Amino acid sequence: MTAIDPTAHLTATQIEELGRELDAIRDEVIAGRGEKDAAYIRKVIAAQRKLELVSRGVLLFSSFPPAWLLGTAGLSVAKIMDNMEIGHNVLHGQWDWMRDPKIHSTTWEWDHVSPSDQWKHSHNELHHTYTNVIGKDNDLGYGIMRVDEDQKWHPLHLGQPLWNFINACFFEYGIAAYDLELGKNLNKRGRKNPEFRARAKAVGRKIRKQVLKDYVIHPLLSGPSFLPTLGATFTANLVRNIWSHSVIMCGHFPEGVQVFERRSIKGETRGQWYLRQMMGSANISGSKAMHFMTGNLSHQIEHHLFPDLPSNRYAEVAVKVRALFEKYELEYVTGPLPKQVFSAWRKVFRLSLPNKKPGVRTPDRARELVAA
Amino acid sequence: MTSTALRSRAWKLLEMVTTPLLPSDYLDLVSPLRAGADLRGRIEAVHPETDDAATLVIRPGRGWRGHTAGQYVRIGVDVDGVRLWRAYSLTSPTDRRDGRVTITVKAIPDGKVSNHLVRSARPGTLIQLDQPTGDFVLPRAKPAKVLYLTAGSGITPVMGMLRDTEFDDVVMVHCAPRPQDVIFRDELHARAGDEKLRLTEVHTDTDGMLDIARLDALVPDWTERETWACGPAGLLDAAEKHWSDHGVPERLHTERFRPSVVVTGDGGEVTFSATGKTVDADGATPLLDVGEEAGVLMPSGCRMGICFGCVTPLKTGAVRDLRTGEITEAEPGVLIQTCVSAAAGPCDIER
Ligand code: FES
Repeated sequence: MTAIDPTAHLTATQIEELGRELDAIRDEVIAGRGEKDAAYIRKVIAAQRKLELVSRGVLLFSSFPPAWLLGTAGLSVAKIMDNMEIGHNVLHGQWDWMRDPKIHSTTWEWDHVSPSDQWKHSHNELHHTYTNVIGKDNDLGYGIMRVDEDQKWHPLHLGQPLWNFINACFFEYGIAAYDLELGKNLNKRGRKNPEFRARAKAVGRKIRKQVLKDYVIHPLLSGPSFLPTLGATFTANLVRNIWSHSVIMCGHFPEGVQVFERRSIKGETRGQWYLRQMMGSANISGSKAMHFMTGNLSHQIEHHLFPDLPSNRYAEVAVKVRALFEKYELEYVTGPLPKQVFSAWRKVFRLSLPNKKPGVRTPDRARELVAA
Repeated sequence: MTSTALRSRAWKLLEMVTTPLLPSDYLDLVSPLRAGADLRGRIEAVHPETDDAATLVIRPGRGWRGHTAGQYVRIGVDVDGVRLWRAYSLTSPTDRRDGRVTITVKAIPDGKVSNHLVRSARPGTLIQLDQPTGDFVLPRAKPAKVLYLTAGSGITPVMGMLRDTEFDDVVMVHCAPRPQDVIFRDELHARAGDEKLRLTEVHTDTDGMLDIARLDALVPDWTERETWACGPAGLLDAAEKHWSDHGVPERLHTERFRPSVVVTGDGGEVTFSATGKTVDADGATPLLDVGEEAGVLMPSGCRMGICFGCVTPLKTGAVRDLRTGEITEAEPGVLIQTCVSAAAGPCDIER
């Protein structure tokens, strides 16, 4: 499918050897998991809860502008922490090994309108298993966008920059709809399906609770600061949504990331699976704070290779993984956030139009690499 | 409106404010031992008893219901970041003024939790607690003549009883490898000096294992005594036989620590207890496949160990992680990924 396969220079033996080397990296982290890691996640969770509590407390006085600013900023950060470094990672089972029933993928619920279990299904199971496989991984444009030349163009795609922007603002609702496979189920048969109805009901319940908390109860508790508090929680949700949308776009949309055909994963070996994760993901470079605020999804490549390793370990894993990319002459797609976000958005715009020449990709970095 | 109704309304409101978490998730940050919280305790001091035993002073949370002398408590401790649960006898009297309780732990070779508690537990650490339980206790009416037959850490529940109750006539036969291995030795000797206790120490390193037939010589009136025995299985088996051979089995009360040792192997009989199915499994087939083949409804997802959509409680036995070879033994609260785990001996999967 891809005009030039950037992995074509690897032999089958090399790919299996690569798989073994990656397994060894994984085993090393697992053997070294311990008290320090447990202390880390507990500290982050405690900090998030305190920050949220304090911010909401400050917002009770949000008719006073500095309090509004401070509370809104705090709440935005708290919500980002909840979704990214904590929620996403706990729901991946990254902390299940601690055997703490309170910090466990089976019991965790997050500050998000998509209920944990539905998100776990669409994300952990479908997206992480079928990463970037056209027709199988719905994260590839979330079913509403065209993000690769090999996806068929439709006039509806002309509007995709706009959809994408709206999706960014209300990302958590987008995700909930996506987890529900709303588009597919809105027909008559889907609506009658009891399984779908049950899931839709669960989403409704979650939305009600979330909305009640953010837009009714908390503002009401603020009394005279009702409106400013309402505005503050709306802003915090907006900030969180745009932030997480941006980070997530950087994971698989920037130029240089590969997509795969359905038949290419038939009988896939462990080595090939690893290779697909390597070629299908992109990182964000930056400071420690940057990695933290992205929930370490800035280490998207490492996360896709080892979705169940504790997030605080991805930074050290990245050094070894990157060395393997070099050894096997593969491109490690990474860059600072603005660059990656720009690259992803450019793709969204570019692919809203039909391909210039059918079947031929515009040059991207992967091709340049092979050509070099 | 009554005050309880008012309070429950206020609580409901609070739950709405903290959703998707619970108010307790926030309260735990400041007051983990409060009434109404999950039961926890705080280690306040660790006192060494012997080279390999120590007493932990624990302040239990407000929900602690108190214990009866001789009972044990299950505690959950984080060792290397992993929560592990073990049971230990309570060694404090039931009426301690300061509300603290103590457990006394003997480090057993390769024992993860016991070694951690004896050697590296730090005051200030929070642990999880269950309510005390166990029926190795005295009857309501205090028996006139008592015999305690103990070995090693088997002395711990008995110490709880001795400290709690004044007996008129009590004899203790205790076995330990050497004098310095006798837990609570100073206190026992002080009691013996005050003539509150008749104590016989058997030092197995020099005297050899206690032959139960020697009891006639050590405690001539043993058949008349209400007896509590605690120690290794060998001693208890011998005692049970001895007491019934002499026609007084009802006089003997025993307590067994570590009742069953998990045997690990390659494959084994897998029970799906919720469905009531039992099948033989080899050591290479994932339990997910084993279950599905047997017609058990198994949750699943990626089938390759990454999505955690297949986690299921392991009730008894042991499984092997097919990727790392690591063995996981059943403990309360232990969940396994069935798609990458195979039977390592007989096991019970709650499906
Ligand atoms: S089915 Fe995905 S981890 Fe077991």
